[in-house]
Amino acid sequence: MDFRFSQDEEQFRQDLLAFLGAELPPGWEGLGDDWNLTLATRRKLAERGWLTMHWPKEYGGQEASPLLSLIFNEEMSYHRAPGRDPFGARMLGPTLMIYGSEEQKRRFLPPVARGEAQWCQGYSEPQAGSDLASLSVRAQDRGDHFLVNGSKIWTSLAHRADWMMLLARTDPEAPKHRGISFLLVDMRSPGVETRPIINMAGSHEFNEVFFDDVEVPKVNLVGERDRGWYVAVTLLDFERSGIDHAAASRRLLDDLSAFLRDDESAALIGGARRWMWDLLAERYVEAEVARLIAYRVAWMQTGGLAPNKEASISKVFGTETFQRVADTGLKILGPLGQLTGDDPRAPLHGRFQEAWRHSFANTIAAGTSEVQRNIIAGRGLGLPRG
Amino acid sequence: MNLDLSETQQMLKAGARELLARECPYDLVRETEGDPAGFSRPLWRQMSALGWPGLAVPERYGGAGGSFMDLAVLLEETGRALAPAPLFSTAVLGALTLLDAASDPMKDDLLPRIAAGQALATLAVVEPGGGWEPQDVKLQARRDGERFVINGVKLFVPNAHASDFIITAVRTAQDAGPEEGVTLLLVPGAAEGLTPVPHRNLASDGQCEVTFDGVSAPLSAVVGRVDEGGPVLRRTLQRAAAAKAVEMVGSAEAVLDMTVDYLKQRVQFGRPVGAFQAVQHHCANMSIDLEGSRLAAYQAVWKLSQGQEAAREASTAKAWVSDACLRICSLAHQCHGAVGFTQEHNLQLHTRRARSQEQAYGDAGFHRRLLARGLAASQTP
Repeated sequence: MDFRFSQDEEQFRQDLLAFLGAELPPGWEGLGDDWNLTLATRRKLAERGWLTMHWPKEYGGQEASPLLSLIFNEEMSYHRAPGRDPFGARMLGPTLMIYGSEEQKRRFLPPVARGEAQWCQGYSEPQAGSDLASLSVRAQDRGDHFLVNGSKIWTSLAHRADWMMLLARTDPEAPKHRGISFLLVDMRSPGVETRPIINMAGSHEFNEVFFDDVEVPKVNLVGERDRGWYVAVTLLDFERSGIDHAAASRRLLDDLSAFLRDDESAALIGGARRWMWDLLAERYVEAEVARLIAYRVAWMQTGGLAPNKEASISKVFGTETFQRVADTGLKILGPLGQLTGDDPRAPLHGRFQEAWRHSFANTIAAGTSEVQRNIIAGRGLGLPRG
Repeated sequence: MNLDLSETQQMLKAGARELLARECPYDLVRETEGDPAGFSRPLWRQMSALGWPGLAVPERYGGAGGSFMDLAVLLEETGRALAPAPLFSTAVLGALTLLDAASDPMKDDLLPRIAAGQALATLAVVEPGGGWEPQDVKLQARRDGERFVINGVKLFVPNAHASDFIITAVRTAQDAGPEEGVTLLLVPGAAEGLTPVPHRNLASDGQCEVTFDGVSAPLSAVVGRVDEGGPVLRRTLQRAAAAKAVEMVGSAEAVLDMTVDYLKQRVQFGRPVGAFQAVQHHCANMSIDLEGSRLAAYQAVWKLSQGQEAAREASTAKAWVSDACLRICSLAHQCHGAVGFTQEHNLQLHTRRARSQEQAYGDAGFHRRLLARGLAASQTP
């Protein structure tokens, strides 16, 4: 065993830290939503090849190991840096490389690699959440195109997106997993309408997307018709990591520790007391365990293994750790913890109440904790299906 | 990075599992609980024949020249089997402490005998009302010319009544700094005035109360230097905490395995109990705890094995594993239903030991306190 990163990996971390130091505004704390900064940073990440560094060289990537991706995500998350592209670079790209036609790869991959195209993921529907395969958005065969009708929900960044990866039902008669197709939809097509969903943190990340007789050319079908579920399942495996939550947890803990260590700021909440440090230590242990679990997922990927159970463990433990960290922070901050960033008395710019409000989504999105536990018990431990 | 065991370690692990499955059935664990010796001599002879006590002892002392990491791989398996043998006390507490701090003549004398399995050694640290830090050592050793005279009591000394040597942490200077004034003395188990009595504890696992009544130790018995044993003891306790955590990981894995096996077979309401989601989620939680425990424990072992400072990693491991292992046992009982809490079931053997292991070399609260002190003091936790 060896828990160290290689010299090259450590060098990459240093390069990335130097980049973040130079590119992020002074005193950047990652609060608020500055879309222009997100796009500008993404293009700079693309210029360095980092946005798609995990891609094969033939598609403009660097064939970076999962450990380099891990470091990239760990530092970006810890520094709350904008600019990552979870949909285009991490999901669409790898999926097209497996299932896409040559023309699709030529057309869609370069704009993603340049950091110019925003993608979103049209999966969940009002009646198809954890039971995703029961989705009902309909795509009817009309010769040279599919005619799409229905609606999607919880679509992150649909309001910023140029394109959508859409799961739609092409054969309503087939068993539910077998009649689904994977389509690429231009969000500017006539008949596409996006409406915002504001979350309990007051921010606009999720959307509803409505399709009213939207025409999708058949060249935008990925993989075989009616086999889209299997394309999507491949893609779900790219999605789950866990280092983001571990790193974000660690950052909150470091922020709060610095706040408590500084007598002036600690005085705002009546001074640091022993029980606060003890609680923080408990959360630090969990954040460290979450980090190790995420590292193991990346390590397994490095060896070409598919970490199913381990990725689910990482997702559950990382997201639940983040929730506990946010909760602990608010207990330590006391009455002032509830103040939002626009209140001058808010400690740490109201970050903990904001993190806490955001944290509820983490154990739901990308597979609920319950679905993950089903995977751990079923695929992981081999317990029989219920 | 490499988060897998080496090929040699995997072979070592597989071999140990095979041997212990054959030679250390649960029946042996039960029998030994009632045995005054506290461990199985035949099992220890077999371990010794395979070179286990000397695995991490350099070849020039008759050992196999392996690392602390290699030894931990074995301890995961002896932990899994609840093996009633003094491997932990002799190889971790004894051999590694001597290797770390003893004089050359002492190493030349003792390590070959330890490596051969002929001499058993252990470590006496904790005292009534005390904790697991060097500053908690209060046991008096009064200097009397060329010797020390020890008076007082040590608690929870593993296998003390069977050990040939007890490395005893004593206080030799008052009013010194927190880590100063502590000395490690090598006391023969047969020394006059030394009385080891097995604790009657919930695990019946051979931990002893040791009374020192005017026990005499010559200056040549000092392990390291007089009054400067604090840092040695601190490293020893970090190794012990990490190794204990690995042992607990082995036990917890056995508990999860036996639970999953049972849930696949036990049928209620016309289907295997393991098909019920409420029960599946108990198992998922056990699996999550086990995964984190193994990584935290091995990170600490690896770092210590590299000779690096690992206070944070050792405390993280013991803090996490102590609680996680108990959670795993509790859920296992819930999954087993009534049969799991009977004396004839094997699960309770693990559960009772998990409670005793939780306390060994500091429980979760103790280690979180160490981490908290570091957090409050430093810039980089």
